[in-house]
Amino acid sequence: MTTPISTTPAAGLPVPETPRQAGARRATRGAAVRRERRTGLAMAAPALVLLLLFLIVPVLLAFGLSFTNARLISPNPPRFVGLDNFLRAFTSDPVFLRSAINTFVFAAVVVPVQAGLGLLLAVLVNQKIRGVTAFRVIYFIPVVTSIVVVSILWRFMYQPDGLVNSAIDTITFGAWQGTAWLNNPDTALGAIIVLSIWQAVGFHMLIWLSGLQTIPEELYEAARMDGAGAWQQFVNVTWPGLRSTMVFVLVTITIAALGLFVQIDVMTQGGPVNSTTTLVYHAVRKGYREQETGYGATISLIFFVLVLLVALVQRYLTRDKD
Amino acid sequence: MTTATLGERDVRRRHKVGSYVVMSALAVVFLFPLVFMFVSSLKPDAQILSDVGSPRAFLPVGDISLENYFGVFDRVPVSRFLVNSVLVTVLTVGLGLVVNSMAGFALSRLRWRGRALVLAVVIATLIVPFETIAVPMVYWVSKLPTLVMEGGVLKYDFGWLNSYHVQIVPFVANAFSIFLFTQYFSTIPKSLDEAARIDGASWFTIYRRIVVPLAGPAFATVAILTFLPAWNQYLWPLMVVQQEELRPVMVGMQYFFQLNTAWGEVMAYTSLITLPVLAVFLAFQRAFVSSVAASGVKG
Repeated sequence: MTTPISTTPAAGLPVPETPRQAGARRATRGAAVRRERRTGLAMAAPALVLLLLFLIVPVLLAFGLSFTNARLISPNPPRFVGLDNFLRAFTSDPVFLRSAINTFVFAAVVVPVQAGLGLLLAVLVNQKIRGVTAFRVIYFIPVVTSIVVVSILWRFMYQPDGLVNSAIDTITFGAWQGTAWLNNPDTALGAIIVLSIWQAVGFHMLIWLSGLQTIPEELYEAARMDGAGAWQQFVNVTWPGLRSTMVFVLVTITIAALGLFVQIDVMTQGGPVNSTTTLVYHAVRKGYREQETGYGATISLIFFVLVLLVALVQRYLTRDKD
Repeated sequence: MTTATLGERDVRRRHKVGSYVVMSALAVVFLFPLVFMFVSSLKPDAQILSDVGSPRAFLPVGDISLENYFGVFDRVPVSRFLVNSVLVTVLTVGLGLVVNSMAGFALSRLRWRGRALVLAVVIATLIVPFETIAVPMVYWVSKLPTLVMEGGVLKYDFGWLNSYHVQIVPFVANAFSIFLFTQYFSTIPKSLDEAARIDGASWFTIYRRIVVPLAGPAFATVAILTFLPAWNQYLWPLMVVQQEELRPVMVGMQYFFQLNTAWGEVMAYTSLITLPVLAVFLAFQRAFVSSVAASGVKG
């Protein structure tokens, strides 16, 4: 690239400028500014075009298609149907309502339990004792294992004659018999909750851990000087120091829990008797498998509104209190 | 600390032993399903089921062989699935590093019109989960233009379904990666740019020669955080790729449920697609851990 900058006197040199030289310098600076603008836009452009095409347009489509009867493969163009899809979801699609309820139940259990267990693990592996890193790595292994693999594995373990039931049988000396966990409408969702927490809790352990490590050691020393025990140190030093971490952990778990799909698809296909169908599973079933893109988009949009609400609550909780 | 009385030291030691007991018990909880998977992949179906009631379920004992692995390769196009997944993952991560770091460079170090707006939009899109847009996006990509070879002639057609690019292109740009690069690049002193500008370096040269070499940790973090979701892709290829020879490993698993479920082979297959990831994780565990910690900073 030919850059004229090096031909002009560098700024700051104590050489008196003629007005003409100053004008030339301003002109080259103008060219440099223009070049910076062009380069900035050009270097951001590939990412921006891709984000536009594969994030922003699909979000707008989710809005737009919700008000149409679009089908995935159809000779007819989509027709505007107003609020029909929304009415259908809330008044004449019991599976949608069941999906919404299941999704809420799943989130209501997973969010506090996973966040709490994650914190417990973080406190455990935050101790300065030998070999603690190995435990961190072990607890994180399920996180790097694909949820598809995890779901298949647990589906096998949950079989009537599988590992889970024989473990129960051994531990209780035969006093308590397991069930066909995934074929029983009363236990299927609970069984999925267990493996979901098992898979993801290591991730939030690490988030909590990085939060714990930002709390200065002096605070603990001061608390110990005042005679605070382990529990009092936790309540008065650790917990207040984890506030922003807590909000982040709760929000990420909530959003992930609301998006429950893979476990359902691999393990139960929403059954038995719709006891494990979820919003995203229903959106894919309608919008893709039954090719009702318009209605599928409606369900996706309802899911998105829930996620937005969660994000707004996060904004509110972490707002600057100036 | 040296003033601790004997009683206190006892308490501390008991506390330490207790910690190890609890941590070890938890380690068993997190490991047993995976140990069960690897061990079972070496056993015939009948033995897997008969071992379930005893600790033998977790031990490689009895009729141990690689029979299930041979069976998987015989019955399922595993090597094809693996090649597809490696291809999709490498291209998604690799192109993502280039595209997102360039955007991060432009957003953190260059002044251009609309920069503030773009940064705000990028941050706003962080909260859009893929599940929200999956269904409309299938519709969208089925309408996108594409080039096809038909009888030696390049033709213009519509629809991205059943291709490699439909599995890669939508995931190259990533708002969170852009955000991480922007953050990291803004910690590199701007005086380096000015010095290079005076020496006549172009902005692209500054990006390539100065900023990129100084941003190794940011590239490692983004590579790690985009590698796992790319390898684990399931929902998207399930919907947009019906052709078996284009499918990635996770969707390829469905193959087993059309046949009579042979659990030994299923376990061999899941072991096969899990082991490479576990190996990468164990090799780079320190980088993984700090990447996850970095992802928590965005709150």
